[in-house]
Amino acid sequence: MAGKNTKIFADPINENNPITRQVLGICSALAVTVKMDTAIVMTLALTFVLVFSNIIISMMRNLIPAKVRIIVFLTVIASLVILADQLLKAFLFDISKQLSVFVGLIITNCIVMGRAEAFATQNPVKESALDGLGNSLGYGLILILVAFFRELLGSGTLLGFQIVPQALYDIGFQDMGLMLLAPGAFIVLGLLIWVQRTIIGYTEE
Amino acid sequence: MHSNAYTYRFIIILTGIAALLLSLASTSLKARQDFNRALDTKRNVLKAVGEYSQGMKGQDIEKAYKQNITERFVDSSGNISQQETELPLYIYGPGSQPKGFILFVSGKGLWSTVNGFLALQPDCNTVMGITFYEHGETPGLGGEIEKDWFTSQFVGKQIFDKSGKLVSIRIAKGLATRGSLHEVDGISGSTLTGNGLNQFIKQDLEAYSKFLQKQILKLAGKDVADGR
Repeated sequence: MAGKNTKIFADPINENNPITRQVLGICSALAVTVKMDTAIVMTLALTFVLVFSNIIISMMRNLIPAKVRIIVFLTVIASLVILADQLLKAFLFDISKQLSVFVGLIITNCIVMGRAEAFATQNPVKESALDGLGNSLGYGLILILVAFFRELLGSGTLLGFQIVPQALYDIGFQDMGLMLLAPGAFIVLGLLIWVQRTIIGYTEE
Repeated sequence: MHSNAYTYRFIIILTGIAALLLSLASTSLKARQDFNRALDTKRNVLKAVGEYSQGMKGQDIEKAYKQNITERFVDSSGNISQQETELPLYIYGPGSQPKGFILFVSGKGLWSTVNGFLALQPDCNTVMGITFYEHGETPGLGGEIEKDWFTSQFVGKQIFDKSGKLVSIRIAKGLATRGSLHEVDGISGSTLTGNGLNQFIKQDLEAYSKFLQKQILKLAGKDVADGR
């Protein structure tokens, strides 16, 4: 039993990662990964929404009328997203400004709806919470990795601290402007998918 | 299979709970959010006159704001007044000699209402700085209006032409006419946001124009008196 729960939690972080394997949630993965702090806050916001939406939907799984289940999911998810947005505006105003519309767009993040439909409606609360946590961490891991490379190569900083020394700039080193734009995210993401697939030995049939 | 009556009941109860929770959260967090928003306004006023530097904390902003900015309003005949009107005026600089005037500009961009502050030199013609904030334009396209590369172009531009006519500052489609005092480069992919900005900046400057003209006259009068 313990082994099964570990698998529920760990699978989406690696082998069944929602971004690199299922290619869900790409929109926000491109948009908020210019800097690491926005990527981290976005991960926290998504973790909050996904874990609670999985828990709430799993609790109601035997009560939800099948005909309107998608609308019910959407109500739960949208309420949680608005709540997350309100909390960010109250406590992390600057970062909420940088994230702008993307917190609101968690509503349309396929990972949340996907886990509700595929997992939370069919599994007990504890497993659903673990599944939500695993998936958001899987999402967050990729987000933070992409942000790491983009911020380091694009701005020469990490979490706002200067990493690339001034001496390098003096001898002509330049930040990679491409990394600040969306194509930079695509390239980093593509490389990450390649690395991951090589490691786990996955091939497209 | 659940009955229709059950489905309706379920949905009504669910939305009721969701609405209750959200309004509760909204009312309890409102004070903090308003405080943040007020601080952000102050930050942007300071930014328009170049008194804001990266990394200033809440207290620093409050302090710098108190030192540098006097909040006033412009009344319908163009005089500075303490009475609240639709035209807020922020006077920059301590003492009786203002170092600049900050005007509030606001209107529709493409998707959203854009708020901004336009700071003018004491001559009421040359732009000291401009900021845009609290907008909902597309990040990366129209959203670029808040970035330094865009706003810094406004510095040194003039809102009156040589004959003293109010021409405002236009965001060009593409590159600005070389050497123009009244045009800045546009943002590719967001011509419509630019059009919105052009319209409301001009409109708001016209609303303030009585005040601006009066200040210019006053300044000219003083120059004569000084024998210049």
